[in-house]
Amino acid sequence: MMAMGSLDGLTIAVPRGALFGGTIELLTALGLDTAELRSNDRKLLFEDIGVITMRPSDVPTYVEDGAADLGITGKDVLLEREGVGERERGRRQIYELLDLGYGRCTMVFATADRVNDRGENPAAETLRRLGAMRVATKYPRIAARHLEETGRQGEIVEVKGSVELAPLTGLAEAIVDLTATGTTLRENGLVVREEIVECTARLIANPVAYKLKAAQIDQLLGRLREGLSTQRAS
Amino acid sequence: MAVDDQTNGKPMIHPIPSGTRDVLPDETRELRAITDALRGVFERHGYGEVYTPALEYESVLANAGIDGMGPVHRVFDETGATLVLRSDMTVPIARLVATRYPDVVEPLRFCYFAHCYRGTRPQWSQPRELLQAGIELIGSPAPQGTAEALTLLCDALDATGLKDYRVGLGDASLFGTLMDRLEIAPGARAGLLETLAGRDFVELEQRLAGIGLSAEASALLLSVPQRRGGPEVLAAPPGPAADAVAGMRQVSELLDERVAERVIFDLGLVRSIGYYTGAVFEVYDPALGVPIGGGGRYDDLLANFGAARHAVGFALDIERLHIALAGEERGTGVVVARGE
Repeated sequence: MMAMGSLDGLTIAVPRGALFGGTIELLTALGLDTAELRSNDRKLLFEDIGVITMRPSDVPTYVEDGAADLGITGKDVLLEREGVGERERGRRQIYELLDLGYGRCTMVFATADRVNDRGENPAAETLRRLGAMRVATKYPRIAARHLEETGRQGEIVEVKGSVELAPLTGLAEAIVDLTATGTTLRENGLVVREEIVECTARLIANPVAYKLKAAQIDQLLGRLREGLSTQRAS
Repeated sequence: MAVDDQTNGKPMIHPIPSGTRDVLPDETRELRAITDALRGVFERHGYGEVYTPALEYESVLANAGIDGMGPVHRVFDETGATLVLRSDMTVPIARLVATRYPDVVEPLRFCYFAHCYRGTRPQWSQPRELLQAGIELIGSPAPQGTAEALTLLCDALDATGLKDYRVGLGDASLFGTLMDRLEIAPGARAGLLETLAGRDFVELEQRLAGIGLSAEASALLLSVPQRRGGPEVLAAPPGPAADAVAGMRQVSELLDERVAERVIFDLGLVRSIGYYTGAVFEVYDPALGVPIGGGGRYDDLLANFGAARHAVGFALDIERLHIALAGEERGTGVVVARGE
């Protein structure tokens, strides 16, 4: 049986930010004492409960290295990290074990909320007249893949924050970004033109830990699945 | 130290390509201790050391017919022929066997210590040049040949002083066999295999839900690749999976206790190289987050070079093995120890 208050010797990388609340709930439901985790937002390493906290985009780095056995991060982070053809060739190193269901958002392709007299949005018009559109994003790989898969030419402009600014200032005609409610998009006069992929929190595992700590990981997985099906049922 | 005025008294820095490195005497001595230990075991078991050229004709290695981790570094020679830097030693040794031992029917045993060359992801600290030590056992079918290779793998790792390692044993044909038994539509297979190679059980579940299988078949295809552990994994495989693990069971029956206790039976083991046909293995150590090496059976590869022969082999990444040995020495490998 798993000891109360710990993950049975497993170390888990936990994302600060949008997924933090849902993750705390999950860890609490597993019997972890998360009081300090809730109250101390400067501390990063919580050894006694096997938790390390970090930016969501750093979670796969720690898990791939084995510095953490398990990790929780968004599907958007995992998709952005994946290289071309890596998955098919078995070169993606981490295991993706479970869709945890929370932190649901959508990766979207959005432009300014206007159309020209032909009914074209700014991106479509630019594509027709100039041959390529500019797409601002924090997710250059996902954006490039989306353009490629839809057979359109474009130039990816990587920005680190406030992507909505790009179409308003003429830096780009479109953006690819993650949205939960669409409020920020609407407030900036943008409208979703295409939904690319739904993203939720995922449980990932280091490939060596997944083999060497199989019993502990499977037990944890079992408890998480149980919790998820109770949630769905209620 | 050479100093000149243009560098403001700082030494000149002459870069080397990303993913390559110089090895200085202290490290070389430690690496040499590892390779000497391995070489001793390999030679004692009758595996003669071979060298092959680092450069090969692209058209010749292409006979292997593999995709995935093939050679990526190409140069042209004086005649305009395309040469590649080898990406592993298994394919060059298959070429060597077909060319130099075309009529030998008895088992051939070779070992090697060689640099191989791979592509890297930009900005990632992946090696472009890696030092591998390995063996190839040609002409010895499953399960005997597989058991011999696994035993040698454990003897070799023991000789280096690595203590806590485990060897994952799987079967590259297992999931295919399972899909045959469950009569999965040909169109759906590639996607399922791809998802499995991507280690993505979330997408595997979604795909299985989308191809209209019975609940039992779906559950089986999802759960079998997640089964790993001791002999109990082989003892009670559910229904159609029993056929798929028959090969693994035969191998396990031939293993000595000291080898068997190192083995993790893993029905979901995936390797990134495309030529494996049967048993596959991978070496893990708690001190390192990535496998130290691996191998398996490649019973079809020699035929692509015109010399059909059973074959099995493994390769160890010497630098990773070195890191794992150093990690075991320090008692690291868990975050608590690192944090202290």
